[in-house]
Amino acid sequence: MIIKRPHDIQPSEITPRGVYEGRRRFMKLAAAASVLGAGGVLEPARAQEKTLGLPKLGNVAKSRFSTAEPLTAYKHITRYNNYYEFGTDKDDPAEYAGRLKVRPWTLAVEGEVAKPRTFGIEELLKFPLEERIYRLRCVEAWSMVIPWIGFEFNRLAKLVEPTSKAKFVEFVTAVQPDTMPGVHLPVLDWPYVEGLRIDEAMHPLTILAVGLYGEVLPNQNGAPLRLVVPWKYGFKSGKSLARIRFVGEQPKTAWEKANSHEYGFYSNVNPNVDHPRWSQKRERRIPDLFARRETLMFNGYGEQVASLYAGMDLKKFF
Amino acid sequence: MRDSQSFVPALKALVFVLALVPLARLAVALAFFPDWLGANPAEFITRSLGDWTLRFLLATLAVTPLRVLTGWHWLLRLRRMLGLYAFFYGVVHLSSYVAFDQLFSVPEILRDIAKRPFITVGFTTLVLMIPLAATSTNAMVRRLGAKRWLALHRLVYVIGPLAVLHFWWMVKRDVTQPAIYGLILALLLGYRVLARRRGRRGSVPAPATR
Ligand code: HEM
Repeated sequence: MIIKRPHDIQPSEITPRGVYEGRRRFMKLAAAASVLGAGGVLEPARAQEKTLGLPKLGNVAKSRFSTAEPLTAYKHITRYNNYYEFGTDKDDPAEYAGRLKVRPWTLAVEGEVAKPRTFGIEELLKFPLEERIYRLRCVEAWSMVIPWIGFEFNRLAKLVEPTSKAKFVEFVTAVQPDTMPGVHLPVLDWPYVEGLRIDEAMHPLTILAVGLYGEVLPNQNGAPLRLVVPWKYGFKSGKSLARIRFVGEQPKTAWEKANSHEYGFYSNVNPNVDHPRWSQKRERRIPDLFARRETLMFNGYGEQVASLYAGMDLKKFF
Repeated sequence: MRDSQSFVPALKALVFVLALVPLARLAVALAFFPDWLGANPAEFITRSLGDWTLRFLLATLAVTPLRVLTGWHWLLRLRRMLGLYAFFYGVVHLSSYVAFDQLFSVPEILRDIAKRPFITVGFTTLVLMIPLAATSTNAMVRRLGAKRWLALHRLVYVIGPLAVLHFWWMVKRDVTQPAIYGLILALLLGYRVLARRRGRRGSVPAPATR
């Protein structure tokens, strides 16, 4: 598969805008028509969605874990990002992440495992892919509905065979000093590290995402491969993963190191535990003007994940 | 001297209109071009209004140093309007938060003021600005007397730092922007302290009173 870096050559450099836009509209209509004609169930909203036109991902299965809520627009998902390696403003990642080198890309999987291994991104893209339409709740009290494409983390884990000593999983994200302006500033302790308890990591809702809206991930959303843990605040889902380590001790995460008083290891979405500086009771569904949505316990995934925390004081382990 | 300043009323009118542009831009965007406001329009609006509150506050504080440094004494005649715009934008900034973040719920707002230090500070800042706005008319200056009026308006030495602190505490991690505003504020207030000290020694004319 040939994967083009999104900002290498803009179609606009070759074809006049009006022409390629018209052409794209036609192609999308044609694609929609053919899918509908073949008895497919492509949602109209998605057929019309204007994407960056990145390489499409084929053979994507649907999932029972997907929500039926209306999707957040692609333009918002790709232009309102927290990816501090590219700057702390929400539009910095869309502006600067085009430079991120996503090929070649390898993911080292190591630590307390019987078969440590390094995967090339091409191998990872061969995992059977599913579309997972998840709610994403940011710790900053906004939320989106995002059609990720990916596979369950536990599939990858099984290949490396974690040992009985593996109690936690550490996710280490990429640092590219020459493409990431943010890592030259001491905003966080780079590389960005996240972590999960092993049972959280192995839960079927925890996925490694490689795509968005039917296409490969845009760089600003964590290309080529990122974690998605839908019942936790967004920052738990590390972007552009370079290394995954199975470990015995609870990893020290980047946000805990920055401010352990405000950001706990668990960081489950929880309307009853406020951030020290703001309430987590309600949220603003992007791009709503009013913050009128009640935040749900475990971001609405309680049925699936509440049992992981049975008997735990979630105010203490926030 | 009087003649050479005949442009001031026109300048005042111009500044009056220009100062409304940031608000008009937000209103037009909200009504007709929501895309301008991006994925989180409420955040964009509240922040933009907060920025302008602070900018007008700094502009007000810049009048005296600029006047002394340039000798453009007519600058003083813009100061009251700039100060009132700072207050005006502060009130609209608060309204944006009250409407879009808190959906007009008074108990939630009170809880928020009590709970979130940066909101506590923002609220305090705005409350402290009320007496200054209220005593901005000539009649009030006369009623208070120049001395007491001046003493009251020294509140700005508290208001300025509190406004920067409000911004500083709002930021999750990267404090570059509040630091820049803080530096400008430190220069503007530091100038006054220095000028007053030197004034006492009689080497440099004392800063303008009003
Ligand atoms: C009751 C009074 C106030 C309240 C409730 C309040 C509330 C807020 C809120 C909620 C934000 C963050 C917006 C967001 O992240 O979505 C904010 C930001 C800000 N506020 Fe206030 N504020 C108040 C008074 C003031 C005053 C008096 C000033 C200035 C003199 C001010 C200046 C700012 C600035 C500069 C920002 C940051 C804007 C940015 O990020 O660029 N605020 N305020």
